[in-house]
Amino acid sequence: MKRFAALYAELDSSTSTRSRVRAMRDYFREADAGDAAWAVYVLSGGKTRQAVPTRVLKETGARVAGLPDWLFEECYQAVGDLAETLALVLPPPDAPTDMPLHRWMDRLGELRGTPAEQRADGLRQAWRELDVAPRFLFNKLITGALRVGVSRLLVTRALAEVSGLPAETIAQRLVGYLAADPVAAGLDAARFHALVAPGGCGETGLQPYPFFLAQPLQGDPTAQLGDATDWLAEWKWDGIRGQLVRRGEQAALWSRGEELVSERFPELMDAASWLPAGCVLDGEILAWQDGAALPFARLQTRITRKQLSRRLLESVPVAFMAYDLLEQDGADIRTLPQAERRRRLQALLAPLAHPRLPLSPVLRGDWSALATLRASARERGVEGLMLKRNDAPYGTGRVKLDARGQWWKWKVDPYSVDAVLIYAQRGHGRRAGLFSDYTFAVWSGEAGERSLVPFAKAYSGLTDAEMRQVDAFIRANTLERFGPVCAVRPELVFELGFEGIQPSPRHKSGIAVRFPRMLRWRQDKPAAEADTLHALRQLIKRD
Amino acid sequence: MPPDRNDLITLRPEGLYCPAADVYIDPWRPVPRALITHAHSDHARAGHAHYLASLEGERVLRARLGDISLQTMDWGESLTLGDARISLHPAGHVLGSSQVRIEVGGEVWVASGDYKLEADVTCTPFEPVRAHTFITESTFGLPIYRWQAQGVLFDGLNAWWRGNAESGRTSVVFAYAFGKAQRILAGVDASIGPLVCHGAVEALNRAYRASGVRLPDTLQVAQTDASSLARALVIAPPSAQGSPWMKRFGDYADCFASGWMQVRGARRRRAVDRGLVMSDHADWPGLMQAIAGTGAQRVIVTHGHIEPMVRWLREQGLDAGAFRTEFGGEEDVAAGDAS
Repeated sequence: MKRFAALYAELDSSTSTRSRVRAMRDYFREADAGDAAWAVYVLSGGKTRQAVPTRVLKETGARVAGLPDWLFEECYQAVGDLAETLALVLPPPDAPTDMPLHRWMDRLGELRGTPAEQRADGLRQAWRELDVAPRFLFNKLITGALRVGVSRLLVTRALAEVSGLPAETIAQRLVGYLAADPVAAGLDAARFHALVAPGGCGETGLQPYPFFLAQPLQGDPTAQLGDATDWLAEWKWDGIRGQLVRRGEQAALWSRGEELVSERFPELMDAASWLPAGCVLDGEILAWQDGAALPFARLQTRITRKQLSRRLLESVPVAFMAYDLLEQDGADIRTLPQAERRRRLQALLAPLAHPRLPLSPVLRGDWSALATLRASARERGVEGLMLKRNDAPYGTGRVKLDARGQWWKWKVDPYSVDAVLIYAQRGHGRRAGLFSDYTFAVWSGEAGERSLVPFAKAYSGLTDAEMRQVDAFIRANTLERFGPVCAVRPELVFELGFEGIQPSPRHKSGIAVRFPRMLRWRQDKPAAEADTLHALRQLIKRD
Repeated sequence: MPPDRNDLITLRPEGLYCPAADVYIDPWRPVPRALITHAHSDHARAGHAHYLASLEGERVLRARLGDISLQTMDWGESLTLGDARISLHPAGHVLGSSQVRIEVGGEVWVASGDYKLEADVTCTPFEPVRAHTFITESTFGLPIYRWQAQGVLFDGLNAWWRGNAESGRTSVVFAYAFGKAQRILAGVDASIGPLVCHGAVEALNRAYRASGVRLPDTLQVAQTDASSLARALVIAPPSAQGSPWMKRFGDYADCFASGWMQVRGARRRRAVDRGLVMSDHADWPGLMQAIAGTGAQRVIVTHGHIEPMVRWLREQGLDAGAFRTEFGGEEDVAAGDAS
């Protein structure tokens, strides 16, 4: 664990990509393969099931540290991270050990298996053995996620260096490695060896390819992308990105989180059986009825409901809107040009004409014609346009390529509204201790007796400097505290952007907005001139 | 807290006030007579008619405030002002930092200014003073703040500097120019490479040396050639981070020295390679030890984490309250700019 803690400290303190990759590479080379197996998993953002409930962690931590619960809570508010708070307030270890990472993962598993009332004892024992830095990591692993600021891409690169294999091969292997439940899959030395063992592509069962992710296009495409005829334009569908994999007699459906979602969509698995073996489609899972997409909220019910009742299957029919072909006849064709892959996709799907496997239509025209189409996106229930260069290969992840190699998402402009900041809460992670999580309100009621009604929370969109200024304002203008939440003097106005708006009986304002974020701080605008709930409701009618 | 007319120190719009002696302690508005605990700018402001301060801090105070009407007192020397007997006692925060002891008719109050308990070769160590009422700061008044032993801290800093020097990278430490910077200079292993100071730091170094504090030799950037710069430890104020002044160092490694670096979020916000958890303020155990050491039954908490400190002290059976001062300021907590 000490060796892993040292790696963590190196990754956490370094701001250079190169030195992070080097640090991981060295670790993977030196560490016990059983440890490396787990390190790959957690560094890539793999999650473990929470081993001890938060309440037990807090209570036990406060008791061991000799602090009253309220003071522990104050500390937690200042630190913004439970695992770190615990690491800081607990007394130094009085029975230190240096067990390897995989042994600690086993102990976490054991902890998970013990009855709730005995978990506190297991925790106390572990804390007696661990110094501050490893203790922090252990606590992080208990709560389920270790975010290190290392992307899966960097882990992939480090493993590629260790194994001498192409990064693509590692990336493909990692998809399955990370998708499986780590405990059930038995992450051990053998699994790590398999990950870095020599061997080619195409050995990999039903695993998908790493998704190629799009970059947002800001401003006018004419100047940035050149001639429109060099680009393949399509709708940007508002569904769940997926890959439909068909190999041998089997099929699998993967979502963008590289999560296996086959059993959620039995009708798509059925459709996949019509595809020839050795074929992988990239596309969008959509709630789809009578040749048109249903709102995203409908699709969500297919993911969230525990039981897939027949009624649900009937009320939310789905389709896989295909837009790319990554593998054909068992061969990886990602390096073929976009236009060629598209041609092959069309040749594959057109004769099938399967109602659940529609082909994402190609949109034609010059930039101004495409801009007109984009402007109609909202009424069509799509998010805007996708632009893909005709001669470009299929990339990996969110790599920054030059404009020519990129997939661009040219989204329709968001809705926007000027709202007043009324509540604030401290943030987590990089914003620990800073008031960074805000609740916004708009005016409701008639002139003379108007009041502010909260309708959205937003965390993102401000620069660090702006956030420090807002933080200082909140500290100086807190009217009341409700636990961690501060009621703030309603003076600051922000332009909020959001993607969708729907009536919602569960919200006090009667509306719910999707993806709210701060577009800018309206320092020019007094609170009295912020928007009204009435104006927001008008947007629903338009939607 | 409700004022009591027998209180030796009260809160006025100008600052903390001692009616018996007709003197203010670290006032934030201009007053006729100001007792200054130490020369940091939130405690020592310009514009007062007369100043009283420790002899040890005279030069740094003058370096900061220029030509002022200043009366100095040696440690423990007592001065009678009105009905009060006043003396200054070392607070261990920075060079010259004092606690103010005020005695009127057998009643003793001590106002601590800023303080730390840990040894610091650049100033006289904190001296516990018995008091009926103790006025304490609370900058790091939460149990998450516990400092590592100084030796461990400097071992880590030396190792980091040596590693950078061996790979030909300049090491830059951002530290408060007054106090923290000199403590680092006096504590690092000067044999590793040259010590280079930003002009703002060098100004204070001069005042420290003139006060008799031994600091290793320091250079300014203009006096340093590229090859020695690559092995140097550069000490600069936090305001230099991201400024054009930094460009000359090329590919450097940087570190921010502050108590706020204890929290990972604050470290990440600072966007430096390394956070050095070093403060000239007492940590939580230090605050508790200092309070216990005075034997005071009444404690008045100022600037920092006031609310949790007051509540905690009350739960320990003390009569605790707060003064809302204009020292330090909570904003520092977020910005992590000072201390």
